[in-house]
Amino acid sequence: MIVIESNPLDQMKAHAVQMFPDECCGFLFGYEQNDRTRTVSTIRDVHNAKPGDKSRRFEITAKDYMLAEKFAVENELLLLGIYHSHPNHPAIPSEHDRVAAQPYFSYIIISVMQGRIDHIRSWRLNEASQFEEERFSPVHLNQSI
Amino acid sequence: MATVIIPTPLRKFTNQTSRLQVEAGTVGEIIEKITQDYPELKKHLMDPQGSLRSFVNIFAGDEDIRDLQEGKTPVNPSSIISIVPAIAGGTH
Repeated sequence: MIVIESNPLDQMKAHAVQMFPDECCGFLFGYEQNDRTRTVSTIRDVHNAKPGDKSRRFEITAKDYMLAEKFAVENELLLLGIYHSHPNHPAIPSEHDRVAAQPYFSYIIISVMQGRIDHIRSWRLNEASQFEEERFSPVHLNQSI
Repeated sequence: MATVIIPTPLRKFTNQTSRLQVEAGTVGEIIEKITQDYPELKKHLMDPQGSLRSFVNIFAGDEDIRDLQEGKTPVNPSSIISIVPAIAGGTH
């Protein structure tokens, strides 16, 4: 299961709406409990470096990736994955998402329809390198996890 | 020995180790050694033809080895070699 604290959830939604009709992207940071529940406590938005049309694709530069790993170490957080938006498209990973996906990472996809948040889903690769949906739970900061 | 930085998604294949110390003369030798020591890394770094996967970048310091001498890029004991997954995706 993946739990997303309210601040990072709000920030991701705002980023997705702000970048519409382009795709937004960013990193997920947080921690894992012994039962492997993941909690996203911090996000960092990054520039969509895809050249040309950004409405159907995103890319993150190697430099931004290395900075994200550094940020995780410096803040004693785990780099848990990536978020990105699907403008006018459901939050279902494409084959392009799957081919480029990394093991271990959570992939949060935000569906933005006509500039408004429609729904959010989270996915992870299984051992057969196929996406499986992760149970997703938003929480408020003042709630116990 | 050169230092190899393993990215978070691949640490499950290196017993959660984030940095490896490897004695080698080139980046290619480093890849060969770490995939021998941690065989599960191989399918995530190399394609079936034995080339670096297109979604994997390897940096020597701040430079992509594709802009240097690729696998023949020389390393020395102070070299920092980073494995950097290419992050991309989208609706189509």
